[in-house]
Amino acid sequence: MAVAATSTVMNNVEAVRHTLYEALKADERTLILGEDVGARGNVFLITKGFIEEFGAERVIDTPLAEASIVGVAIGMAMEGLRPIAEIQFADFIYPAFNQIVGEAAKTRYRSNGDYSCPLVIRTPYGGGVRGALSHSVSIEALFYHVPGLKIVAPSFPADMKGLLNAAIEDPDPVLFLEHKKTYRLVKGEVPGGHYTIPIGKADVKRAGDQLTVVSYGLYVHYALDAAERLAAEGMSVEVIDLRSIRPMDRATILESVRKTRKLLVIHEDNKFGGVGAEISAMVAEEAFFDLDAPIRRLCGPDVPAMGYASTLEDEFMISPEQMATAMAEMVRF
Amino acid sequence: MTNAISTPTLERHGLTDDQLRWMLNNMFVQRTLDNRGFQLNRQGKIPFATGSEGHEGIHAGAALAFERGRDVLAPYYRDMGLCVGVGMDPLDVLLSMFARAADKSGGRQFPNHYTNKALGLLSISSIIAAQCPHAVGVAYAMKLRKEGGRAVLCTFGDGATSEGEWHESINFAAVHALPVVFLCENNEWAISTPRRDQMAIEDIIEKAAGYGLPGVKVDGSDPIASYAVVKEAMDRARSGGGPTLVEAKCYRFLSHTTDDDDRTYRTREEIESHRHLDPVPRFERLLIEHGILTSDEVSRMKKDVLAEVNEVTDRAEALPYPAASELYTNVYEGTYEPWL
Repeated sequence: MAVAATSTVMNNVEAVRHTLYEALKADERTLILGEDVGARGNVFLITKGFIEEFGAERVIDTPLAEASIVGVAIGMAMEGLRPIAEIQFADFIYPAFNQIVGEAAKTRYRSNGDYSCPLVIRTPYGGGVRGALSHSVSIEALFYHVPGLKIVAPSFPADMKGLLNAAIEDPDPVLFLEHKKTYRLVKGEVPGGHYTIPIGKADVKRAGDQLTVVSYGLYVHYALDAAERLAAEGMSVEVIDLRSIRPMDRATILESVRKTRKLLVIHEDNKFGGVGAEISAMVAEEAFFDLDAPIRRLCGPDVPAMGYASTLEDEFMISPEQMATAMAEMVRF
Repeated sequence: MTNAISTPTLERHGLTDDQLRWMLNNMFVQRTLDNRGFQLNRQGKIPFATGSEGHEGIHAGAALAFERGRDVLAPYYRDMGLCVGVGMDPLDVLLSMFARAADKSGGRQFPNHYTNKALGLLSISSIIAAQCPHAVGVAYAMKLRKEGGRAVLCTFGDGATSEGEWHESINFAAVHALPVVFLCENNEWAISTPRRDQMAIEDIIEKAAGYGLPGVKVDGSDPIASYAVVKEAMDRARSGGGPTLVEAKCYRFLSHTTDDDDRTYRTREEIESHRHLDPVPRFERLLIEHGILTSDEVSRMKKDVLAEVNEVTDRAEALPYPAASELYTNVYEGTYEPWL
């Protein structure tokens, strides 16, 4: 794999692959561990060829046991390595919940800084790919409650690279969420050379002055699509790509809401206790008197999962058309 | 079980008189610190204490098999004696009990949940077996860096061997032939649950065979035998021979913690039937019988240990709690702005 000095068009799979490759090449403390990351090169072929180049000791096909994938990575991190653990699908992360929440997130805190846990846990999440109950979930709400963790969910290839580099270099544990439907669907310019994007900074992907839309992952792209349609009808919608879920960029959200005076949060994860609940509460606490309309959340339905049948999946997912309708209602309010 | 425990002999396994005396002294320190925790709790000075009475033999033996400055210890909460044995200052035990600012965790952690990176002692939680994969990760790092001569000692109780993370860790270590020794301190009780309700086998080492690593059983009330078995396993790990599961049979003489009342689940008779295994008087007698120490020297040793524990108790008690503002530090590296 050649290192491009200038920018290249990549999809999200290529951006993640390129960034991991550069990290393994640049720092011998880094290693990748997970299920089928070696000979198979990851189920999405993200690490294809890595084992031949970096060896089986640094590209580890682990036993099929998620708690120990994360737990062993924690030990490696405590001992000075820079492990990049992979959970094959976000749906499989539940067995590792204790290691992530009970251990990684509290290592620095409980040792009062004696130990740290510089660990990245990458995992593909999200639906719209006919992944049924156990290959479609969003997991961010289960983890974003936890201080000590950082959670990143980029949606564009350039952000994938910059934030993955930041995650790998971060001195604390980072849960790195990759929406699997964007893997090959989304393409974009990725700058050459090494760069990072600060974790905790949102990005205004489209400027507007009549409504603030906050989203992340696949739905940033759908929201941008919807905003573009509404522009043709003379409506001006600002779209913020949250990029980092924890820490969360309250300043960017508040600045935008104070300008547009309306807030719509869109996410694929279900509404109850979701990321939108925290954003809505924060805006209600901080900017209530700046609002011209009730805050609205457009989220996945409050059911255990999306079904395998296309009808059930389609019912769960929110389309750009549905987003455009909600946005237009908010603008007209 | 009684029959499986051998009468201690003075097979030295290469240990010098000084090392034997060190072990007895360490066992007195353990017992005295243990008692101190319960006393301070009953006096209302500390909210909680955990004892390891009955584990002194395996703690002293394993501590001597641990190479300070090289090896790493992933302990569990009943390992106060082992942690002191590998170099932790008794004052740190008291600072932990009193939750003082000078405690290594800054007064955050429960007693017996230590951290000491300088000593190679991993920070742990109370979650049973959660430290096992960490031990494996550290061992992996040692192997990756080709740091021969180093190994990890990972300890846990019998109940931990029911946890998924325990099985995952043993398997991972065996697959990669990692330099780690898994040491089970089998004291027959997981709070109120006896071994027979925890597993359908008599010996925990039977679990080793399924994962392809050697399992070795030892009388954990005997510090010399414990030393010999742990030392052999650690040496094998250090020289590239892979992991071992060691089972140290011992007995928990106290309630699980100061918040537990073992009268609700086990008889006094059962405890007394194990009294002859109490490692401290047993080893004391052995060293006197073999002329390693005189009765007077033993009495002086006990007195000195008590004086030291009294002294560190007073010192720790006199120190301040952490400032309330410390609640907000070390969440992440650098300054932290909590979500308000």
